[in-house]
Amino acid sequence: MMAERPAHPPALDARSYALRRRIVEVLDAARRGHVGAAFSLVEILRVLYDDVLKYRPDQPDWPDRDRCILSKGHGCLALYAILADHNFFSEAELMTFCRRDTILGGHPDARKTPGVETSTGSLGHGLAVGVGMALAARMRHRPNRVFVVLGDGECDEGAVWEAALCASKHALANLTAIVDYNKMQSYGPTRLVQDLEPFMDKWRSFGFAVDQVDGHDVEALRETFARLPFHAGKPSAIIGHTVKGKGAAPVEHNAAWHHKSKLSDADVDMLKRAIEEYGCDRPA
Amino acid sequence: MRQACLKMVYELAKRDERVVFVGSDLGAGTLDEFRRELPDRFFMEGVSEAAVIGLSAGLAKEGYIVYVNTLAVFLTRRALEQVALDVCLHNLNVRLIGNGGGLVYAPLGPTHMATDDIALLRPLEHMTIVAPADKTEMERLMPLTLDHAGPMYIRVAKGYDPIVTPADEDFAIGKAIIVRRGGPVLLVTTGITLGIALEAAETLARDGLQAAVLHMPTVKPLDLDTFAALAAEARAVITIEEHVLTGGLGSAVAEALAETMSARPKAFRRIALPDEFPDRYGSQAELLEYYGVTPARVVAVAKELRRS
Repeated sequence: MMAERPAHPPALDARSYALRRRIVEVLDAARRGHVGAAFSLVEILRVLYDDVLKYRPDQPDWPDRDRCILSKGHGCLALYAILADHNFFSEAELMTFCRRDTILGGHPDARKTPGVETSTGSLGHGLAVGVGMALAARMRHRPNRVFVVLGDGECDEGAVWEAALCASKHALANLTAIVDYNKMQSYGPTRLVQDLEPFMDKWRSFGFAVDQVDGHDVEALRETFARLPFHAGKPSAIIGHTVKGKGAAPVEHNAAWHHKSKLSDADVDMLKRAIEEYGCDRPA
Repeated sequence: MRQACLKMVYELAKRDERVVFVGSDLGAGTLDEFRRELPDRFFMEGVSEAAVIGLSAGLAKEGYIVYVNTLAVFLTRRALEQVALDVCLHNLNVRLIGNGGGLVYAPLGPTHMATDDIALLRPLEHMTIVAPADKTEMERLMPLTLDHAGPMYIRVAKGYDPIVTPADEDFAIGKAIIVRRGGPVLLVTTGITLGIALEAAETLARDGLQAAVLHMPTVKPLDLDTFAALAAEARAVITIEEHVLTGGLGSAVAEALAETMSARPKAFRRIALPDEFPDRYGSQAELLEYYGVTPARVVAVAKELRRS
């Protein structure tokens, strides 16, 4: 299932490259993690935390902050790298990923990690919790928004669609669901394991205002987020077309790299080399 | 009991603007007054327990005290993971009001009878489990739920159950209530089995065997101090519950007995539902009879233990 290296020039800028390098350093330290899921998420989370969300790293419970839930909790390596970059915790803390006394578990743990709103890991939970937070913001007349980042495989879960029905019933324009649609789940391609198409139509028929975007195109993501809400009386859904393992060619589209628990020296060297070779052709 | 419980949610909501009600497709007209007067804090969602618990957790995370109501069996079986991870893991102020604990929905069959609800919730950190015996006890409980920290499961009985709790009952969440003192036999109850135990104790007294009755409306955390004090005076302990043998009151008491009373072992029996999905219909009373959760059985077991 290993993909050929893309013939086209890589579309990653220096910041995307640096975040991936940081993720690989964490993988090197912990020797485990959901590699492909983290790599496909980097640009979506980066644009959210760099350009979209309002928050205060030194006051993670600031009441007017935007709430962001990584419902596909297994993508947490990307989240941790970005939260550390934004000073929610130190870069040194990042290197304790999955250790016994770490604040950075293998899935986001709201009891421990500053900036994590609710613990995720078991799939299909985040959107409903986000619905509750969006309802609370409305009831309190607060301006904050709620963003929930989902995986495509996660959308197999019925609870996602229960929550979607509920969000549209309440016309939660302050709620946005973003799907990291990398078209690969644990076992293989989503179109074979559990096809989601027509995916945009599904969200639309559940009452969301929907748009799609190249989930690795930073400019396009910024532009898409800037147009939120897509409809004043509906929750929004953004389908981010992504590549699982984006930024390391041997990992891209490769189900074997969904999760690794015993990364060898050779694996780590390969990852380091792969992201170097992928390189960056543009400044951040 | 359910009416009294929901009415008190409405009273609490009028008193405290943190109180929110979330139902899952309940009967027509449920809490209409609440809906009309406090529409912003009244949510009637669909047949979607997972989402209902998740959104309740989201509301609680934002500082609301969320009273969720639907059938006990759906709260505990259908939405167990949401209860565990969205609510309990974060120690949130969500109150699960479970209609029809035990055999209440007997005519509707095993899909609707909550015979394992306590067992499903007991292992969850932070969860408090309360099963009032009657409407009066429910009315004592509800005001205390407002400022209780963390999640709570309120097991609601059938309704119009006889009032069996003492008029001067000093109710507190987490406290057992000594309803009847004295004797070599200790009957331990939760929910409506208090009535069964009291009736059995009367019969036993007439037959010359004194039985104490300890009512434990809070199954978690179990009031071990009060239990240990009474158990120390008894030679035999019998638990009575409208719940399967595994994981409920009887299990909790057995654990306590084994750990704290091993120096002075007690004769011990659990009167509970067998380890099976109910395969009979009829009424709650008929199934209690069928499964032997009755005063007569309590009397028989008490006498058997005395003989041994």
